[in-house]
Amino acid sequence: MKILIIEDEKDMLQNMKDFLLKENFVVETAESVAEARNKIGVYTYDCILLDINLKDGSGFQLLEELKQNKIEDGVIIVSARNSLDDKLEGLNLGADDYLAKPFHMAELNARVKAVLRRRQFNGNNKIKIGNLSIDLDEHEASIDDKPLHLNRKEYEILLFFTSNQNRLVNKSALAEHVWGDHIDQADSFEFIYSQIKNLRKKLKTAGAEIEIKAVYGIGYKLITQ
Amino acid sequence: MKLLNYTTSYFSAILLVLLGIWAVIFYLEMLDEIYDSLDDGLDNQKMLVINRAKQDPEVLQRSEFKDGSYTIKPIDKSSAISFKDFYRDTLMYMQNEDEYEPVRLLETVFKKDDEFYKLKIITSMVEEDDLIEDLLFSLILLYVGLILSIVLLNNLILKKIWNPFYTLLQQLKDFRLGKDQKIETVPSKIEEFNLLNTRVEQMLGKSISSYNSQKQFIENAAHELQTPLAISINKLELLVEKEDMNDEQIELIASVLYNLEGLTRMNKSLLLLSKIENQQFPEEEIVNFNDLITELKSDFQDLAGHKEMEISIGSTSELNYKMNKGLARILLSNLLKNAIIHGQKRSEIEIEISARNFIISNIANNGALDPENVFSRFQKKSPSKNSTGIGLAIAQTIAKKYELQLIYHYKQKHVFQLRFPY
Repeated sequence: MKILIIEDEKDMLQNMKDFLLKENFVVETAESVAEARNKIGVYTYDCILLDINLKDGSGFQLLEELKQNKIEDGVIIVSARNSLDDKLEGLNLGADDYLAKPFHMAELNARVKAVLRRRQFNGNNKIKIGNLSIDLDEHEASIDDKPLHLNRKEYEILLFFTSNQNRLVNKSALAEHVWGDHIDQADSFEFIYSQIKNLRKKLKTAGAEIEIKAVYGIGYKLITQ
Repeated sequence: MKLLNYTTSYFSAILLVLLGIWAVIFYLEMLDEIYDSLDDGLDNQKMLVINRAKQDPEVLQRSEFKDGSYTIKPIDKSSAISFKDFYRDTLMYMQNEDEYEPVRLLETVFKKDDEFYKLKIITSMVEEDDLIEDLLFSLILLYVGLILSIVLLNNLILKKIWNPFYTLLQQLKDFRLGKDQKIETVPSKIEEFNLLNTRVEQMLGKSISSYNSQKQFIENAAHELQTPLAISINKLELLVEKEDMNDEQIELIASVLYNLEGLTRMNKSLLLLSKIENQQFPEEEIVNFNDLITELKSDFQDLAGHKEMEISIGSTSELNYKMNKGLARILLSNLLKNAIIHGQKRSEIEIEISARNFIISNIANNGALDPENVFSRFQKKSPSKNSTGIGLAIAQTIAKKYELQLIYHYKQKHVFQLRFPY
């Protein structure tokens, strides 16, 4: 899988690159519209992470050019301008997703994976890890083809973990992903624990080959046995 | 009292006194003049009667008024000599009016052929009560006329003259700092108004520009903080994944992360607050608060469930209001979140919706909060470290933007009430 990151903030770019490299993606970077244009012209990418405010132009402009040239790379807009207008404009121009800065790496990872999945597995939208399989169309998880009865939140937690398997998932990243922005209070993190506890129990009872491990103080990690 | 009415009331009081005095003087003058001319008339008639008596002795026999206007009686010489002409008012029966009416009477003596006669001549006189009545009536008419013209004058001319003042006043009344509107003054020929206009313009200009730069500063600062915060958090997330990290190090990083996330949240809230104040949410639609709160209730179910709290929604009516949907959601979710975070474990959060009110109340073990400060930024009453203390300030800002009243009161419960305008 090949990913192009277009970002003019060097540290930000390095972070994204380091993180995505660990996911075994091929990562290329561009720091300006001109550089990005060259790369897009020559290579095909599975996913492009596009910053809106670039030094020599707007990411929107690049997005328009992509669509005009019928280049069908997946595009996720990554912007510090967290405004609804930008989001709508980006999605109207054909971006697949919009991610506002600051974000957690696990969230970026989940979004990238979702875009890749949508592009790769047309019709057959399934994730398999060990004996766990998740049907994304049906929103159902099963272990050894036996359905796992999860509620909506548990399903989303599991899905988020599968996008970030073997990675450390910050609990606030998890909370924001599953419960949305408004869950941002310290008290709320305690209740994540009870949700995870239930999920773990269900996975264990069903004999899953994966395990959600707590990492003290930080969050959790999905480990394949 | 309005300026125009104020001057009018003063004018009417002064006019009442002036016209009163004037009426008395005028009445006396007029009466004096009437008497004067009546007396002249009587004098003239006297001469005529005397002359006639000289030619026609029969005239001397008229001792009663009967159909004439004079009587003549002979008197003796001694009283005749000491007699002096005098005029007086008296009453006489008038047949046409069927009552006694005042008349002016002249008594005089004259001599004819060494005989002295006393002559009484009367003439019908003005009826004083009628005169006063007429005069009063005319005066009232005049007074009303004058007041009306003053009111008219005030409303037409003074209003025109005071127009720059009233225009300024009206605009100042509607002026809200941060609503991004300008005061437009009316140029005037009057020096004082021009001075007032320029001063007000200058002062407002200063306030607006310092308000804007402050707003801009907060927004820019918050915006500029986003990227470094994101980078720091992400770097720590990468660092913590390094394989050679021990538990102690992870714990330290976790603590830094926790604080940075707190900072990010606060920063987001500040950014949201200044965005609301900068009118960056122009889209409006009819929002149904009943549906919205039901939706939010299910969003917050997990959080409330964790504290074993019940959220009950009672509604007597549909509550619809035109505003930005995103902001409506933030407004209600901040109130709901506040109730959950600060509410007591295993208690109930009650939400009541009526046609013009949205009321949310929760039980807490601390007493009443200060209603003045509860909506101020960074008023933290909770032991919860991660509460930014800005949620209610945001709710209040949204409420104000849409002319809703957000009120706090304490009735053994913390009650937050949103009042919708009619």
